[in-house]
Amino acid sequence: MEISNSMLIRTERLDKIYPLGPATIKALDNVSLSVAKGEFLGLVGPSGSGKTTLLNIIGSLDSPSSGSALVLGNRIELLSHKESSRLRNDHIGFIFQTFNLLPVYTVYENVEFPLLLLGTPSAQRTKMVMQALEWVGLAGRAKSKPSQLSGGQSQRVAIARAIVKKPEIVLADEPTANLDAANSHNIMKTMVDLNKELKTTFIFATHDEKVISYLDRKVTLFDGQIEKDELREPAR
Amino acid sequence: MLMLKLAYRNIIGAGMRTWLNVAALSFAFVTIIFLKGVYNGMNDQVERATIDALYGGGQYWHERYDPYDPQSTVDAHGNIPEVLRPLIKQKGAVPILIRQGTIYPGGRFRNILLKGIDPQQKILAIPVSALAERNRTIPAMIGTRMAKHTGLHINDLITVQWRTSHGTFDAREVMIVNIFKTTVQEIDNDQIWIPIDIMQTITELPDQATMIIMNKENITIPTVPGWNFRDLNFLLQDLHSLVEMKSMGGSIFYTILLLLAMLAIFDTQVLSIWHRRKEMGTLMALGMTRTQLIGLFTLEGSFHGILAALVGALYGIPLLSYVARNGWGLPQSTDDFGFAFGDRIFPSYSLGLIVGTTILVLVITTIVSFLPTKKIASLKPTDALKGKMT
Repeated sequence: MEISNSMLIRTERLDKIYPLGPATIKALDNVSLSVAKGEFLGLVGPSGSGKTTLLNIIGSLDSPSSGSALVLGNRIELLSHKESSRLRNDHIGFIFQTFNLLPVYTVYENVEFPLLLLGTPSAQRTKMVMQALEWVGLAGRAKSKPSQLSGGQSQRVAIARAIVKKPEIVLADEPTANLDAANSHNIMKTMVDLNKELKTTFIFATHDEKVISYLDRKVTLFDGQIEKDELREPAR
Repeated sequence: MLMLKLAYRNIIGAGMRTWLNVAALSFAFVTIIFLKGVYNGMNDQVERATIDALYGGGQYWHERYDPYDPQSTVDAHGNIPEVLRPLIKQKGAVPILIRQGTIYPGGRFRNILLKGIDPQQKILAIPVSALAERNRTIPAMIGTRMAKHTGLHINDLITVQWRTSHGTFDAREVMIVNIFKTTVQEIDNDQIWIPIDIMQTITELPDQATMIIMNKENITIPTVPGWNFRDLNFLLQDLHSLVEMKSMGGSIFYTILLLLAMLAIFDTQVLSIWHRRKEMGTLMALGMTRTQLIGLFTLEGSFHGILAALVGALYGIPLLSYVARNGWGLPQSTDDFGFAFGDRIFPSYSLGLIVGTTILVLVITTIVSFLPTKKIASLKPTDALKGKMT
């Protein structure tokens, strides 16, 4: 991949080492990667290949052991806890494998949450939440609790929560792992549409072929190293 | 404001878990206030009864009188001071003459205090008017405890022996004309009350007294040579020490109660953090800072305290008001505690007690909510998302 200055994300010689008892395990090994705005990119590889670790570092949930990760002009390894919280709050949306919806909140309140943290005014908040729920086709379930939703609906709420603030980057960790095939395709189509409409950069950590089929760039990781980085024509 | 809103949403959304905590904490609230109220009420009641029946508005003691030394009564008497005579005549003070004596109920030897008092007096709440009857032998009255211990009944005759002012023994029969019930044991146990004029005559101590009890309304306390004035602060100090000692037991009880309630909150918070660690990871991923997280979870704990205060007020105010109005019946055995309890205790709840207890519980609730929440501060978002605690 050619690296330009317009890149949203750039990692250089990124290493991540975890202690494992008396030994250590190298989750990322010399990973250099650049991601431009609007990409629909997947980190692909078997379990333990370092996909989630790389995603966490890009999302400023974790920091590298060595090397550099530049996200939206922020050096992740240099950020304080407060600064990384702010980066996530302002610019990054997360979608988790297990949805991670807040159980005591309604669908509306779950989607509203990132806007509350941003201090968005009430009227604007309502508009943005309803718009996000319409994007994912759940405007009619605004008052439901997560426990009243199916897996597919829950993941769509999680997507709405991730994109409600219109972040530059959405990071999705195995977003279809708990969904059946039909729901997986629906979810992916929703994210493709949002990627086109909002120009949001999506990065997936996945080994699900259904997700991979939607990607326009596939970065394959193996044993913490980038094995292959390929542009592809997605089957949309 | 945001944290308040989120904390409110969280605890209301937690449903039954929240209300169980609130119920337990509100019970602690109400019980602590009730117990403190009982001790306050007991203190007030004992003090009031003791003042009414024993101390009046303060006492002049003959300079040789020592209530802790029964032998001192032999010499602890003197002429009623001139300066106090007009006051005694106007019923603003009452002299008491005390001598040590002996009775032989059922053939057994028993030391007593023989006390002379004016049957017309109104200063002490002792029903001495029965002593005014003079058509028989020397009228005497005793308290119910004394009657129980000696087996004496009304109209019983009992021989009382004492030493005269010359040191010789003398004895007379007295007739029990009244047995009075009192909560103040100091006017009951081992005491026989007779009219002071008769006592002065038979003990050959005319116009003499051991102490002079002042009316509560008296504000002028003249200095009287040979007599020491003892005000209520002095007279009540033993009682206050005793009540304080008794209330220590109660304090331990409600401290345990408070600690149990706090343990419940602490436990709930720890469990809550344990169960919600993935939620915390999510909140961090969504951009919440550590400070905000700590604030949120601490506030949630504090809200339990606030809700408990409100719920406690809902059932506590009517309940405690009812008990304050109607009193709390005590079993007969409490008569042996050494306090002038009476049959019922009327708890006394001051504004300071209620506000103080509320603030104390809220502060402690906040602290026990904060402590486990501190754990979050060291939590890595990735660990929290995986459900790890370290």
